[in-house]
Amino acid sequence: MNNLKQLRRFFLWPTLLFCHTASADFSFWNLRKGVTEISREVYDLHMLIFYICCVIGVIVFGAMIVSMILHRKSLGAEPATFHESTKLEVAWTIIPIVILIGMAVPATSTLRDMYEPGEPDLDVEVRGYQWKWQYTYLNDDPSKEIQFMSALRTPQDEIQNRAGKGEHYLLDVDNPLVVPVNKRIRFLITSNDVIHSFWVPDFAVKKDAIPGFVHESWAIVEEPGIYRGQCAELCGKDHGFMPIVVHAMEQEDYDKWVIEKQDEAAKVFEIVGKSWSTDELIAKGEEVYARNCVACHQTNGQGIPPAFPSLVGQGIPVGPIADHIDILLYGRAGTAMQAFGQQLNAAEIAAVVTYTRNAWGNNMQDSVQPKEINVMMASQ
Amino acid sequence: MNAVVEEHHDDHHDHGPAKGITRWLYTTNHKDIGTLYLWFSFAMFFVGGICALGIRAELFQPGLQIVQPELFNQLTTMHGLIMVFGAVMPAFVGLANWLVPMMIGAPDMALPRMNNYSFWILPFAFGMLLSTFFMEGGAPNYGWTFYAPLSTEYAPPSVTFFIFAVHLMGISSIMGSINVIVTILNMRAPGMTLMQMPLFVWTWLITAYLLIAVMPVLAGVVTMMLMDIHFGTAFFNAAGGGDPVLFQHVFWFFGHPEVYIMILPAFGVVSAIIPTFARKKLFGYDSMVYATASIAFLSFIVWAHHMFTVGIPLAGELYFMYATMVIAVPTGVKVFNWVATMWQGSMTFETPMLFAIAFVILFTIGGFSGLMLSIVPADFQYHDTYFVVAHFHYVLVPGSIFSIMAAVYYWLPKWTGNMYDETLGKTHFWLSFVGINVTFFPQHFIGLAGMPRRIPDYALQFADWNMVSSCGAFLFGFSQLLFLFIIIKCIRGGQRATERVWDGARGLEWTIPSPAPYHTFSTPPKDMAEAHG
Repeated sequence: MNNLKQLRRFFLWPTLLFCHTASADFSFWNLRKGVTEISREVYDLHMLIFYICCVIGVIVFGAMIVSMILHRKSLGAEPATFHESTKLEVAWTIIPIVILIGMAVPATSTLRDMYEPGEPDLDVEVRGYQWKWQYTYLNDDPSKEIQFMSALRTPQDEIQNRAGKGEHYLLDVDNPLVVPVNKRIRFLITSNDVIHSFWVPDFAVKKDAIPGFVHESWAIVEEPGIYRGQCAELCGKDHGFMPIVVHAMEQEDYDKWVIEKQDEAAKVFEIVGKSWSTDELIAKGEEVYARNCVACHQTNGQGIPPAFPSLVGQGIPVGPIADHIDILLYGRAGTAMQAFGQQLNAAEIAAVVTYTRNAWGNNMQDSVQPKEINVMMASQ
Repeated sequence: MNAVVEEHHDDHHDHGPAKGITRWLYTTNHKDIGTLYLWFSFAMFFVGGICALGIRAELFQPGLQIVQPELFNQLTTMHGLIMVFGAVMPAFVGLANWLVPMMIGAPDMALPRMNNYSFWILPFAFGMLLSTFFMEGGAPNYGWTFYAPLSTEYAPPSVTFFIFAVHLMGISSIMGSINVIVTILNMRAPGMTLMQMPLFVWTWLITAYLLIAVMPVLAGVVTMMLMDIHFGTAFFNAAGGGDPVLFQHVFWFFGHPEVYIMILPAFGVVSAIIPTFARKKLFGYDSMVYATASIAFLSFIVWAHHMFTVGIPLAGELYFMYATMVIAVPTGVKVFNWVATMWQGSMTFETPMLFAIAFVILFTIGGFSGLMLSIVPADFQYHDTYFVVAHFHYVLVPGSIFSIMAAVYYWLPKWTGNMYDETLGKTHFWLSFVGINVTFFPQHFIGLAGMPRRIPDYALQFADWNMVSSCGAFLFGFSQLLFLFIIIKCIRGGQRATERVWDGARGLEWTIPSPAPYHTFSTPPKDMAEAHG
């Protein structure tokens, strides 16, 4: 069925093209104008250079085509004998230089606008992980800081063709980055492991997230809406599966969202403090595992050795529980195993440790409480 | 005493090639080694092509069907490495081996044993590189640009074999380049000045200098990786005080000249073919030489235009933008000169000419997208999307590879003594021409629409053009079997080629019989007017 649809799509593409052209929606095959002043400047610059190239192309290819039509032996053309002209060489050196200067002037001015320093209204730290993003809303008062992970929401069933693909296939996340409109937002971009690249086409923002560096970029979003982008630097296995979704809201909606998020943080505090039953931990752990671990260790825990080891009946999950907690909190240097202590709360860590020690026949029959995790984190 | 004299006499006897496999293993003959290089590169072209078709098959429609992400990354990486180091570069070295001595009236390359050695390193280098597919953890999967730390801390264990393979390729290239330079500077026929050399010889001389300058830089960067991986250094590891961006600076200081290494000899080929079939002298020979030299010089000072998004300060971005834009000037001069050569000529359109004209048009399109990419603010949108993929494939496939095909058709009658089948040749051209445009032109669109490169699966709005692109890729890929057939057919027989082969051909290689005898120009030629037509 899917194939049939694909086939139909293929034969319909000229029609589609026409429809898209007719509705003047060029996002199908051209840059988007985007929703910031900078992105529109970039779009105009792109079109300007494109048109200049078209004109040069028409002249050069035109001359070639005329020559190929007229100056052919089959028409009895006799070859001319000229083979050099200093005047011509000078002319076609100088004229391109003038054209290039004409391109460089607007390009320089747009670039200066992009680098224009300004006082940000909101600072968001963007941190790349294999293969998800972490957003931290910096606040002078650390208790009001909002921090969350943002990962792909498209189900594996859609990717593996066991279910129909949704409208925002591969461009949908669990927790979008939320920003207010008409405010200058500064993105402070870095990475925890390999190099990623934070790209939102509608803002004309693309900056590499590099471990050990914090780069900045900024945007003033003019229209509320949902804007989608993707990681733009090869970062390993799931490079194609770490989209960026930005939800731009009116200020009052944004304020509401901030309060909600801060309440959630308070709730987490409560959750971590209470005592959990083993069943609760396992149920919660399965959820956490599905969101954070399956990409490497797979749903059945078998992993993809040697890069991503199996968790079934061997290694860490059937060893001492202290080592198990340690690797989750601090990761393992030089491997894809991240320090989840920075990404998950104590309840989630306790849950996923308990789950993996008791799943797939591991049957270790032990568990750990969130409170104990907190103590361990504090002691480090 | 007598015996010594006898031997001495035998050495000068005009002997043919040895018999059997040892002819190829021990050969020091520039024609044999050229042939080895060309066949090797053709084989690698098919291996790299199979990787490419794996990629395009997976991208035929959204969702994961044929190739899972781990293998997909290995295919993109190996496709790039094999095509750059295994297909395009050895093909040009093969052409240099065959043609440079014949064009300058020399009996052979200056350093024949080193010539043998620099070829025979290659099968080992690529044997090792390809063997990584069967290793635990798989082949290199960090892209042909192998950015650290993905290629160091996060790499599969096979990375060490990759590093050793790169070292071997580098040694081979450096030795090959030394040979080309020494041959050209020392072994030109008496009376041939530098400014009388055919442009192919000129472009190769400049290319060889580029290779000697940058291959050690590549060796340096992979050695730093090796140290980071096995010996506890932290050149590229931020946690140890190193700098991941340093990797990119060093890599692209090699990488940008490298892309010109793959295009300058192509300029030389096209500058030989267009005058032949326009029956008119190359327009602006001197300015072509100066333009080639300028491009080579500029290639060293523009490397960071591959890195506009790594967080370079404004002044740096501006400098690299302006410097990159300047490259359009000498490149433009070359294109204008080719058009002026065609202008008021008396053209015929045999297969080499078709490939050469397609080269000029499609390379220029690649040049336009290159100019667009040099504009930093716009590059922020294009960078690491399919727009870049379209750009560099337009300069590499209908650029370098079309020029290699043009060269093979052009000189094949001289090499084999037989004419190739013109109808099949033209068929091959048109299939390739349609194939590559259907493959790569839509990639401009999907890139602008926002599809990142190196992803195994994509959002639904990119589906249509990806499907078109995949169809083109399969057309182009399978058309190359026809090329193989044409070459074999031509080697086995065909209409006898004359000495001159093409009525407009000029150059010393056209003054010797077809096929070229095993040894040519044992006594140097006298007529220098012939040399550059």
